[in-house]
Amino acid sequence: MPRKPLLLALAGLVVVVLVLENTGPFLTAQFTTMAYFAIAAGGLTVLTGLNGQLSLGHGALMAVGAYSAALLLKSPESALPLPVILLVAMVITLAVGVLVGVAAARLHGPYLAGATLALAVAVPGIPLFFGEALGGEQGLTVRMPEIPGWLADAAYFVTGQDLTRIRYLAYLSWLAVIVVFVLLANLSRSRVGRDWQAVRDEDVAAGLAGIDLGRTRVLAFVVSAGCAGLAGALMALSARLAAPSGFALTLSLLLVSAVVLGGLGSLTGALAGAALLTFLPPLVTGAGTDLGLSDVQAAHLAPLIYGLVTVLIVLLAPAGLAGGLRKLTHRRRNS
Amino acid sequence: MQQLLTTALTGLTLGAVYAAFALALVLIWRATRIVNFAQAPMAMITTYLALVLIDAGWSYWLGFAVALFSGLLLGALVERFVVRFVSGKPEINAVILTLGLFIVLHALAALVFGSRYRSFPAPFGLTGFEVGGTTIALTGFGVFTIAAVGVALIGLVLLFRGTDLGLRMRAAAFDREVARLLGVRVGRMLTLGWALAALAGSLSGLLIAGGGLVHPSYMDGVVVYGFVAAVLGGLDSPVGAVVGGVALGLSLSLVSGYVGAELVPLAALAILMVVLLLKPGGLFASVRERRV
Repeated sequence: MPRKPLLLALAGLVVVVLVLENTGPFLTAQFTTMAYFAIAAGGLTVLTGLNGQLSLGHGALMAVGAYSAALLLKSPESALPLPVILLVAMVITLAVGVLVGVAAARLHGPYLAGATLALAVAVPGIPLFFGEALGGEQGLTVRMPEIPGWLADAAYFVTGQDLTRIRYLAYLSWLAVIVVFVLLANLSRSRVGRDWQAVRDEDVAAGLAGIDLGRTRVLAFVVSAGCAGLAGALMALSARLAAPSGFALTLSLLLVSAVVLGGLGSLTGALAGAALLTFLPPLVTGAGTDLGLSDVQAAHLAPLIYGLVTVLIVLLAPAGLAGGLRKLTHRRRNS
Repeated sequence: MQQLLTTALTGLTLGAVYAAFALALVLIWRATRIVNFAQAPMAMITTYLALVLIDAGWSYWLGFAVALFSGLLLGALVERFVVRFVSGKPEINAVILTLGLFIVLHALAALVFGSRYRSFPAPFGLTGFEVGGTTIALTGFGVFTIAAVGVALIGLVLLFRGTDLGLRMRAAAFDREVARLLGVRVGRMLTLGWALAALAGSLSGLLIAGGGLVHPSYMDGVVVYGFVAAVLGGLDSPVGAVVGGVALGLSLSLVSGYVGAELVPLAALAILMVVLLLKPGGLFASVRERRV
């Protein structure tokens, strides 16, 4: 295992502890939001940036993770430890990702976008149809489980503060971010990652070089679906709710714009995109109400900015989108 | 029997609307090889313009005409000032661009027109005709919907097949370089193609809204149904789009009538996947196979 990601991860852990120990409950909850956006955006970054597959259905995959977690937490007696529940929700979404990925691997460009768009629109209908089991329009309330006694004691011993459930979830989420990002960074640096990029840039040549195109694409999709599932489970825990309205088409589109805003193809970019998704809305909404807009109107300012910036990025840095920076410099040299 | 007839007639009307939307997607695909995912919010915006006029006391038909005209204008502006700049770039750029537009138009509409549901009037009756003592599911507005889409299709076919302008547009879409060498103003033809497409999209927006509710995201499902219809038809042929639209309308109406309305988008997804995986060239594929 390369040393650099591990060192970065350790540094990240220190930052996370310092930040979370010194923020109030509201900011802590916001950091949790940023964490699950970061995990979802990280997965989408790998899929779109490295493998060139654009998914508009990641909101739907987050819904799968969220509902899995909600169902697993339904009965209080048989409740598993929270990390195990997160892992199971992730595995369930992975399985769904295999199904979608096998179909998606054969599609390109607008066809893939259209199919995943259909997924994003279709999935919220499922809990409505199976209203009995999945709670219909109201959704399922998610119970945040008790913090294990030993952990609460240990946390009090180390930090001198009581470990609240909000802070526990924030720690868990950021730990997940660190683990996922280290794994994704190593994966994209490895042979698998090089295959992904080869398939993205020149699929015919990659095929001739002996790379199994289908399997490579499916693997990228499955990895990124797993991230979306984990993110969805954390989102359900953070919102204490898994409901269809939380996973509307908008969520999928905002994830894509976050990935583009952060800079397609870099995990740091995914982190930046997640921060934008979390912290821009309150800022902009506040500014909007100061300018005399109603609360409801001001709430739409943030998506307006995301959309405008996405359009501008595509128009101003077109080569930077699909092929990453490397391709850009390559093209400059040749022209 | 009664229910099957009702389902079929509802499906036919719905299918006409999907067909109009699919026509919009196909026109743009033919001209610029882009699937315009922003078509839905574009149509939503023009429908809101009509609603503002109608609510201000003007006639339905003035609103209708203004919506169609503003669709024409919006399509031309989007092509000339936004989409033009991604031509020749990787296709993922165009997709992301139209998605960015999607978010922008959505947010703009919610800001300007508000995000509550507003009812949209219909120029004709919304109760079914009576045939032999029973009321059937075909309404006056349903007939108008089918007729309007029919007129739009015939108009487009006449334009493309029968006029010099249509010939130049087809040439520009078929091979830009050769058309340019032959003296076709390719840029203008592409702008015109987008304008006509947005006109068809606006028509579908008006037809869906008629007698129903309008909301910034009321067209979101339609972009999926229109896309599926267009893919059914092969994405390349206007007639295929209309046939695909009607076929999809009928199938989805069956699902909605016999299984559950909540699963309609899921059925559309299933149909799309089956078509893309088994017959990527669409149901009416000509010789040339398409790479999806």
